Amino acid sequence: MNDVGLTPYLLVAAVLFVCGIVCMATKRNGIGVLMGIELVLNGANINFVAFARYGLLGMDGQAISMFVIVLAAAEAAVALAIALNFYNNHLTIDVDEGNQLKG
Amino acid sequence: MQTLIFAIYALVACSAAIAVVVSQNVVRMAFWLIIALGSVAGLFFLLNADFVGATQLLIYVGGTVVLLIFGVMLTASGPMLTIKSAPGEVVLGGLAGLAVLGMLVYATLGVDWSANRAKLASKQSVAETQSFRSPEEGQSVRKLGSALLGVRFDKDLNTDRKSLSTGYLLPFEIISVHLLVVLVGASYLARTKRRRAGMVAAETAAG
Repeated sequence: MNDVGLTPYLLVAAVLFVCGIVCMATKRNGIGVLMGIELVLNGANINFVAFARYGLLGMDGQAISMFVIVLAAAEAAVALAIALNFYNNHLTIDVDEGNQLKG
Repeated sequence: MQTLIFAIYALVACSAAIAVVVSQNVVRMAFWLIIALGSVAGLFFLLNADFVGATQLLIYVGGTVVLLIFGVMLTASGPMLTIKSAPGEVVLGGLAGLAVLGMLVYATLGVDWSANRAKLASKQSVAETQSFRSPEEGQSVRKLGSALLGVRFDKDLNTDRKSLSTGYLLPFEIISVHLLVVLVGASYLARTKRRRAGMVAAETAAG
C-alpha cells in the first residue's frame, strides 16, 4: 500500500553484490566462480531498476538492465565453453590446478 | 502490503545469495542461485519493471542457470563435487566481503535523497499517465520497445523540446551482432576435439 523507498533496494543489491564477489574470490570450483559473476550482475541490475523507479533514470534504467541481462547470458556461455576446455585439458574443474604459468 | 511483499522477496534473495556462498556442493549452489534469481525477478515486478522481470525469469533462471547446471554435469564426478577451500582463505574472503558490505551500506545510508525532491516531483512526465493501465499492472513494454528502436516517446511526447532524446537503436544492433558472434564462438570453443595421435597409438598398443 505504501512505497518502500529507494534505500532498501540499494541495500539488497549491496548484499547480492558482496555475496557475488566473495563467491568469486573463495570458490575453487570454476562453475562456482561463474555463479558469483551472475550474483554480481544481478546486484547491479537491481540498482539500475530501483533508480529507474525512484530516481531520475526512467526507462533508461530498464533498457540498460535489459542489456546487462543479455550480455550476462552471452558471457556465461563463453565462460562455460572455457571451463569445459579447462576440464578437458586438466581433467578437473578445480581452478587451483591451473598454475602452469606460475613463476 | 507492498512492504510485506518486498520484505519477503528481499529476505529470500539475500539468504539465497548467502547460501550460494556458504554451500560446499556445487549442485546445491545452483539450486540456491535459482531461488535468488527468482526473488530478484519478484523485486523487479515490485519496481514496476514488468518486462525486465519477465526477461529475468526467462533468460536468467530458464537459460543461464540451466547452462551452469549443464556445466556442473559435464565437469563433475564423485570426488570433485565438494571441493573445499582452505579455512584461512574462507575467513579472509569473508572479512573482505564484510568490509566491502560495510562500505557500501555506509555510502548508501549516508546519501541525502531528499535534496533531489524538487527534481523528482517534476519528473512525472505526461507519458506516464497516457496508458490504459496503471504502472503496477505493467506498461513498460511499449516504452522499452520503442526506446530500443530509437523513439523515446516517454520523454519526447507532448513536450516542446528542440531535439529528440537518445534512443537505444545502436546498442541494440551491437548486441544482436554480439549474440551472433558469441553463438559461433562458444560453439567452436566447446566442440568435440579430435583425439590426438599419441592417444590413438597407445590404444592400439594396448589392444
